[in-house]
Amino acid sequence: MTLRKKAFKNLSGIEIHGAYAPAAISDFDYARDLGESGEFPFTRGVYPTMYRGRLWTMRQFAGFASARETNRRYRYLLSHGNTGLSVAFDMPTLMGYDSDHPRSKGEVGRCGVAIDSVSDMEILFRDIPLDQVSVSMTINGPAIVLFAMYLIVAERQGVDFKRLRGTLQNDILKEYLAQKEWICPPAPSLKIINDTIRFCVESVPLYHPISISGYHIREAGSTAVQELAFTLYDGLTYVQSALESGLTVDDFAPRLSFFFNAHNDFFEEIAKYRAARRLWAQEMRRRFRPAHPGSLALRFHAQTAGCSLTAQQPYNNVVRVSLQALAAVLGGAQSLHTNSLDETLALPTEEAVKIALRTQQIIAHESGVADAIDPVGGSYYIEWLTNRLEAEAKSYFDKLDEMGGMVRAIELGFPQGEIHRAALAYQKEIESGERIIVGVNAFTEPKEPPFKMLKIKHAVERSQIRELRARKKQRATRRVRSALQRLERIAVENGNLMPPVLDAVRAEATVGEICDVLRKVYGVYREAASL
Amino acid sequence: MAKGETSRARVLIAKVGLDGHDRGVKIVARALRDAGIEVVYLGIHNTAEEIVSSALQEDVDAIGLSIHSAAHLTLFKEIAKRLKQNKASDIVVFGGGIVPDEDLPILKRLGVKKIFTPGASLEEIVRFVKSIPRRLERGAIVRSSGKFHEL
Repeated sequence: MTLRKKAFKNLSGIEIHGAYAPAAISDFDYARDLGESGEFPFTRGVYPTMYRGRLWTMRQFAGFASARETNRRYRYLLSHGNTGLSVAFDMPTLMGYDSDHPRSKGEVGRCGVAIDSVSDMEILFRDIPLDQVSVSMTINGPAIVLFAMYLIVAERQGVDFKRLRGTLQNDILKEYLAQKEWICPPAPSLKIINDTIRFCVESVPLYHPISISGYHIREAGSTAVQELAFTLYDGLTYVQSALESGLTVDDFAPRLSFFFNAHNDFFEEIAKYRAARRLWAQEMRRRFRPAHPGSLALRFHAQTAGCSLTAQQPYNNVVRVSLQALAAVLGGAQSLHTNSLDETLALPTEEAVKIALRTQQIIAHESGVADAIDPVGGSYYIEWLTNRLEAEAKSYFDKLDEMGGMVRAIELGFPQGEIHRAALAYQKEIESGERIIVGVNAFTEPKEPPFKMLKIKHAVERSQIRELRARKKQRATRRVRSALQRLERIAVENGNLMPPVLDAVRAEATVGEICDVLRKVYGVYREAASL
Repeated sequence: MAKGETSRARVLIAKVGLDGHDRGVKIVARALRDAGIEVVYLGIHNTAEEIVSSALQEDVDAIGLSIHSAAHLTLFKEIAKRLKQNKASDIVVFGGGIVPDEDLPILKRLGVKKIFTPGASLEEIVRFVKSIPRRLERGAIVRSSGKFHEL
């Protein structure tokens, strides 16, 4: 019989056979491989009732222009049923520069919201009670600074730190691997992360101090297997580093969170999430022997794949996002961002983001998929694929262990090279027509109709700089200077940076000023340009 | 090298600005190199000033920049200004990334020769770069790096 293709391969290059039968999972053991939801190894989900108890958090990532404009967008999202917030910062903030730094020219407020000082942060959350809405912040190099700003806003709102819920991305390892927005080299960066984890353990107990992210690894071109392997291995690296700093595993491991991509290959993605939970539980138990079962449970946020969206025939993106979001839900995500159809062209308009949010609501309330727990569990194909992804991820673990850990592997360029090669192979498959992308290399249309996009005005940068300078004039200069000097002294003495950063933020020190101290004490990470 | 390919342009490829998303730029740089083009890859986080000074030092004929951060108008303007200051406006500037249609004529006025937007194929980019003549052949005599090149 002739088949449609010579070989059927998924996005990780795993060959897919026709019908899967019991022989594909001949040594399957329900209790060992799946277990009940909420129980080791958590393959079926981290909570006993999953979405029957509570739906996932619908958390749309948003940020553009000034804090004022982004605040309006947050309130728009919340009024349409968004159940959590997620802050997108602009490039200067991600790199720890103020809006008036020469390197910030042209970039202020373009890819996210511009935040220079705690006053901006206060405007960002105006009329949003931080004890009622959980907030996730995508910030890494300067994470400690933006976290401190968030805490001071809570303080000014009269909200007890003990009631704050949310997530700080704070994952520097995947920056070196993939997203490449960093400040300091790995060793001091890991030290600063430990400071934030310790502070949360002691003072912000409901908050997730880190979100170990595969999303960006995948966006940089990795396969699903690489995303799974490098992310979990990054996670193990953070656990090891926190233990070395004197923390106890059960104090912080239940507060670790993860962030995965939801890409095109529907079943591979579902299998990836299931494999992630099982592998994390097993590796945590094997390597660190925690007593608290929560230390073994992998909770995750998912975002549909930005890199899968096409500029051509952009309305098709709504369909792509629906399928990807469905995979994340069938895979048991705790929170989800659905991309807007225009996000490959610009930051989304209100109309576009509303469709994205409605997509989640339709999956949650109309499709019925949230009513049963792990509804695909037990499928021969899904269980086979889950085993396969787990096995391939483990072989990456062995390689990384042999290399002497993730930091060493990064120095050797190993994960970066693996990701680059996968990205290149994917692009070649598209160019050769071997992999079809609708509207790109098949079913193309010659003339696309014009498309309405969100525009960020140049005036945003000018007014942000004006406000920054005005605020600098109003603050007590001596107080700022002494707070920054104290931060520097504590950094040099290797103390916990959280208290002095909080004090500097209270004194209205800016992101750039605080990060300049970090740059001065710890140095700046540089990547050798290589192909 | 095959006959007729001896005068192929040398090209600097980089990301400009603070945006670190280098998936696209690395794929393009690799494709150009695989097509036999001499590529100077400068990596990420470069300022306009750093790019122009490297372009002069490395004696390139073209500069290809990747940008996804929506800062293209400001940054390409800076590049054009600095090339002009260095009397090197004959270096061909092109780019790739997310640039809205309405910005294309503005970039063209700044002297940007070509912008590849989503959907452009590697083949198209390679063909474009191969069509760029070497600077000397177009009469640019002053080589700021002071190196002599045999014709």
